[in-house]
Amino acid sequence: MIIAKRKPIKDILKMIDKNKKILLVGCGTCVTVCSAGGEKEVGILSKLIKIAFRKEGKSIKIIERTIKRQCEKEFVEEIREEIISCDFVLSMGCGIGVQTIAGMFEDIPVYPALDTSFEGMPEEQGVWVELCSCCGNCILDKTGGICPITRCAKSILNGPCGGSQEGMCEVNKDTSCAWQLIYDRLKKQGKLDNLAEIEPIRDWSASKSGGVRKIVREDLKL
Amino acid sequence: MKAETNLEKLFNQGEFVVTAELGPPKSVSTELIEEKANLLRGYVDAVNITDNQTAIVRMSSLAASIIVKKNGLEPILQMTCRDRNRIAIQSDIIGSAALGINNILCLSGDHQTLGNHPGAKNVFDIDSIQLVSMLKNMRDKAIFQNNEPIKYPPKLFIGAAANPFADPFEYRAIRLAKKIKAGADFIQTQAIFDVERFSRWMEDVRSRGLHQKIYIMAGVTPLKSYKAACNMTTVAGVTITEEILERIKNAKDQKAEGVKICLEIIEKVKKIKGVQGVHIMAVMWEDIVPLLVKESGLYPRPKII
Repeated sequence: MIIAKRKPIKDILKMIDKNKKILLVGCGTCVTVCSAGGEKEVGILSKLIKIAFRKEGKSIKIIERTIKRQCEKEFVEEIREEIISCDFVLSMGCGIGVQTIAGMFEDIPVYPALDTSFEGMPEEQGVWVELCSCCGNCILDKTGGICPITRCAKSILNGPCGGSQEGMCEVNKDTSCAWQLIYDRLKKQGKLDNLAEIEPIRDWSASKSGGVRKIVREDLKL
Repeated sequence: MKAETNLEKLFNQGEFVVTAELGPPKSVSTELIEEKANLLRGYVDAVNITDNQTAIVRMSSLAASIIVKKNGLEPILQMTCRDRNRIAIQSDIIGSAALGINNILCLSGDHQTLGNHPGAKNVFDIDSIQLVSMLKNMRDKAIFQNNEPIKYPPKLFIGAAANPFADPFEYRAIRLAKKIKAGADFIQTQAIFDVERFSRWMEDVRSRGLHQKIYIMAGVTPLKSYKAACNMTTVAGVTITEEILERIKNAKDQKAEGVKICLEIIEKVKKIKGVQGVHIMAVMWEDIVPLLVKESGLYPRPKII
């Protein structure tokens, strides 16, 4: 899922004009699960903004709504009236949510309250890790189900590099070396031979490097 | 012969080769490069010109290599994958070879977050092993990475690095084999402080017959002081044994002790079968290199026959 975190309150306040009516929109999917922009976080941010405004003797009107998914137009439609009635929207969805709303209501500014961080999973309570870079050409079959493009700091395809020490990455001593993990996993599976083969230079055109990506499924189009 | 560089010729002659490292300045000062080149000339067979090492911005490796070459010393141009994609790398390699710089050392490169521009975006389009294979194909098949022909291909003597002190240890010789398979002609290792571990790695290398397929140079670094030694331990991929740290810490003359330790390591690695040279990385202490070369019995340097 998409992992995000809320921007610092001071950065959010900079986006907000005084004496305006805001629609603060949460999202009920990824950012709810990673505790960044769900209903609960909408409530907290709304209070923080109100307190900040009150301190300065200013007033603000905030409408709070959380929809199931900000990245789908049909769910955004559900709050059309509220969006139109506001001066601007402060979205607690990921960058996709922000852009979905902004694309549907071009007259109304939509601001991001979150920094969309990465695609990952909750590793333990309060800890999220990045696992996928959406490179468009999956090689997890070769690497024991561990993505070196994402989890190796240098995206090395023939690792581990010379900076792997005691299972940790040279870039961040708190981060496991992806290639040590791959080595251990393949060893368990009796597939260490995989690592003797040179992984050839990759075609990155299916990744972000190939430009803006789009998938068209003629079989599904109406 | 692949590139007919001094380095290649000396290896071919069966000599025990000596190389050193020259870090380009963080300015346009050619004098600094000339000074270092004058210091090293005659004592080493070739010199590595680092490519923004530790991700700190310096004069480009290619520019500094040209200056070094003009000063009568053969450069080994270091090329990292951190800052250039395959387009830029191939372009620079052709440019280097056109200017008579034919020894290339292929590296992945220290991560930019460890350097002085931590906010930079990195490239890592290809990795060091892929870089080796790309250069081999440019040289031997006269093709670019996209398979288009190169009318006048570059002559290259291709180097790569190996770190016997990185983990997993048992994979390190296999990775060397991959670099050989990719097309590396010579290897320079990370600085050796733990000769015992290096020997075990070389045993593994020999048991796979790899020492017969590639020229292996043992990397050494003289430690100028206890403080310098402690700083070295923070460099990615470097490990200094407790024993050596203690020795230098307790020495009355730390510089002298650092030289002594380095000479001892050179003496030991020279005797290890399959080691065909020594690469002296005297970081910020280039002027010690002549003494190390003389004291270790590696002076005068052999002539090309």
